[in-house]
Amino acid sequence: MLGLGVDRLRADMNRLLAMLFHQGVLDEQFLQLQQLQDESSPNFVSEVVNIYFQESEKLLRNLRALLMDREFSDYKKMGIHLNQFIGSSSSIGAKRLRNVCVAFRAASEQHNRAGCLRALELLEHDYCYLKNKLHELFQIEQQRVLAAGVRYPIQQIN
Amino acid sequence: MLNSTNANEAAAKITALVVDDSRINQSIHRKLLENLGIENQVAGNGKEAVDVHCSGKQFDLILMDMDMPIMNGIEATRTLRAMGIRSTIAGVSSHAHNENIQEFVNAGLDDYQEKPLTISKLISILQKVNIN
Repeated sequence: MLGLGVDRLRADMNRLLAMLFHQGVLDEQFLQLQQLQDESSPNFVSEVVNIYFQESEKLLRNLRALLMDREFSDYKKMGIHLNQFIGSSSSIGAKRLRNVCVAFRAASEQHNRAGCLRALELLEHDYCYLKNKLHELFQIEQQRVLAAGVRYPIQQIN
Repeated sequence: MLNSTNANEAAAKITALVVDDSRINQSIHRKLLENLGIENQVAGNGKEAVDVHCSGKQFDLILMDMDMPIMNGIEATRTLRAMGIRSTIAGVSSHAHNENIQEFVNAGLDDYQEKPLTISKLISILQKVNIN
């Protein structure tokens, strides 16, 4: 019974991951991160992703603050924030966010404020989606680990 | 030069410095190096990388990000080479513009890889490490 639970949870994880790949939200760099996780650092992926969430939210706040300023003209500063966001998104395999940032950067380089605002809204929307889905993934992973941990003592008794 | 067939064996004797202001990339690059048995430490920008060398430390490999505050990777590479540092320096960046990459290479890089860094890119860099 518990074995079936573990298998079902693993299937749920794989289905969610497949969906995120299919939607272009994640790319194979996320799989590279998973391959780095091992017994010595069993929470490596969630730790790195949590750092990404912290840094991303700070960058989004900075970008919004820049664009909400009526006298905004510091496109160079905006470019620096976007380069950081592109880099960090690439590093964790957040393909869609990376692509939105690239388009955002193009608008910034053209000093296209309206284009930047549209890109920021899309970025905020897609970031929320990614964050929710990765939290869901990590929750399923936690349940799977717990279920696998409960299973083995029963097997050993038998 | 490092032979790919005994990469893991030789890698255990290599030391590395990760120079990057991003905590995410610091974590990922350090884990890549650790998984290959490479002892490593971190510098958060180019100036810290220069300072750690001024303190007398040396490394076989330096993974150098390009865009960093205080001192960027181009300036840090130029400074380290001027100091006589002969370590293998691999530039790692997600920068879009080729002229910046060329300036980075001209500063004294032995290799350049586009981010994100992967196991295969790191092994390719390690093959350029001179472990004499």
